[in-house]
Amino acid sequence: MVDATTDSLAIRVRDLSLWYGDFQALFNIDLDVKKGIVTSLIGPSGCGKSTFLRSVNRITERLGYVRTEGQIKVLGENILADDVELIQVRKKIGMVFQRPNPLPLTVRENVLFAWRLVHGKGTKEQTDEIVEQSLQQVLLWDRIKDRLGDVATSLALEEQQKLCIARLLPVQPEVLLMDEPCSALDPAATAAVEELIWKLREQYTIMIVTHNMAQARRASDECVFMLMGKIIEHRPTDEMFLAPEHQETADYIEGRYG
Amino acid sequence: MKFSQTPLDQKNRRNEKLFRMLFMMMAVLLVLPVLAVLSVLIYKGGPALSWDFFITNPTQGMTAGGIWPALVGTMWLVAVALSVSVPLGVSAAIYLSEYAKDNWLTRVINLAIINLAGVPSIVHALFGLGAFVLFFGLGKSILAASLTLAVMTLPEIIVTSREAMQAVPRPFREASWSLGATRWQTIRHIVLPNSGSGILTGIILGVSRTVGETAPIMFTGAAFFLPYMPETVWDQTMAMSLHLFVVATQVPDAPEALPFGVALSLIAMVLTLNTLSIIFRTRLRRKKKW
Ligand SMILES: Nc1ncnc2c1ncn2[C@@H]1O[C@H](COP(=O)(O)OP(=O)(O)O)[C@@H](O)[C@H]1O
Ligand SMILES: [Mg+2]
Repeated sequence: MVDATTDSLAIRVRDLSLWYGDFQALFNIDLDVKKGIVTSLIGPSGCGKSTFLRSVNRITERLGYVRTEGQIKVLGENILADDVELIQVRKKIGMVFQRPNPLPLTVRENVLFAWRLVHGKGTKEQTDEIVEQSLQQVLLWDRIKDRLGDVATSLALEEQQKLCIARLLPVQPEVLLMDEPCSALDPAATAAVEELIWKLREQYTIMIVTHNMAQARRASDECVFMLMGKIIEHRPTDEMFLAPEHQETADYIEGRYG
Repeated sequence: MKFSQTPLDQKNRRNEKLFRMLFMMMAVLLVLPVLAVLSVLIYKGGPALSWDFFITNPTQGMTAGGIWPALVGTMWLVAVALSVSVPLGVSAAIYLSEYAKDNWLTRVINLAIINLAGVPSIVHALFGLGAFVLFFGLGKSILAASLTLAVMTLPEIIVTSREAMQAVPRPFREASWSLGATRWQTIRHIVLPNSGSGILTGIILGVSRTVGETAPIMFTGAAFFLPYMPETVWDQTMAMSLHLFVVATQVPDAPEALPFGVALSLIAMVLTLNTLSIIFRTRLRRKKKW
């Protein structure tokens, strides 16, 4: 376990268990995620990585038959408490999905969508600035500044995924959750998005699920290995890959390397 | 000779041709009655049409003159019916598509819609008479007739609207929710703009059905002949469909071209509406953002 003082923590999970109906997908998870770094989440398919990530911004609840127990503190507050407003949770904790999923709107409207939910329509100067800033931040501005009026789904996949990151930024999130954000992209696009994630890490706390060992190794500070709904190991990435503590971790890492 | 035709191949090929022909003939056969109806109508009714025919009142015991009051009356009926059925139908569709869980209430509603769609129009007519004209005391009026028509077209509007909304891919909704949008914000900004074409199509098809129905309005608000034009929804009115029925069967000495002229105008209205709905659909589809 990586030790850290409470202040430097972005996410603090205690004894988290989650059931889909009768099926238990997460078992008593304890996890501390530090602020301002990239933490990658690895493990075999079906071990609960997505489930865990989704419960951190409470998307799992949409399903109705999901039951969650335990505590997820984000920035010191338990987001599972009764008096928590989901909309505020979603604002502070942005989510990027496996397949780029821009809304069926223009590029501009995509960037402004979340912001407008909070602030209303906004003036032209205001919104122009937000659009430019957000797209600058994801290194997309120069490439698509002439296509702001285009339908977002007409962009290349890499651009779409970056746009999906950009649209989270105008409402000033603290945490960005990414569920295999590169798995639909080709190697060049993957490298570009990884570079972006690395660049964003100073400003945001990032948790990224990946099944690509090389990616976890290249693009994360700390690494969490999950197996069958439990966390087996959580350590700085270099250490984990050089000398895994548990046999399961070693098997998984090596298995993937062949 | 590895690749030469065997008897079985020959038989398959023959069958292939046969079925192709058969299905094509059926498809062509379908067009024939439409063409036949149209050509008879144009041949027999065409001579009756003129600009005056549309904008003058019937005269001489409805054996001459035009269809103006019936035309205006039909528009009244359609407009009032729409102002009820569209908000009601689209709201119900939104509920069913976006909010309803799969429980007994939803199933009861769906069952009701299916059954409502299967009710014959003459039954709607009696229902309209009993409910709107008598029970609610609206009397024979445009309002009562339009409400009856609205009830009749509701299932169509609900079903097409719901299908149009269901066609908007679910990941868009999830993306919107994950950005902090409520259900309603998601419906307003994502679902409705992208299902507008389908909803509109349903509405227009509902209208074209409304235009043609006779029985439901006959008992509830449409009159054979009126010497005045309707001014409010409390008035009775003439209507195209009923007017056709009247000049075709109730006015023995009307010239033959007259009922055919009315029929041609009625069908032209319906065809125009259907064409409009197709144009809308293709135009809005092109605007779709995925
Ligand atoms: N919506 C769901 N309903 C029921 N079971 C689910 C659902 N989503 C995931 N699961 C189950 O939960 C377990 C963890 O899934 P998931 O979190 O998607 O794993 P991972 O992302 O690590 O591949 C799997 O066994 C999966 O079958
Ligand atoms: Mg997953």
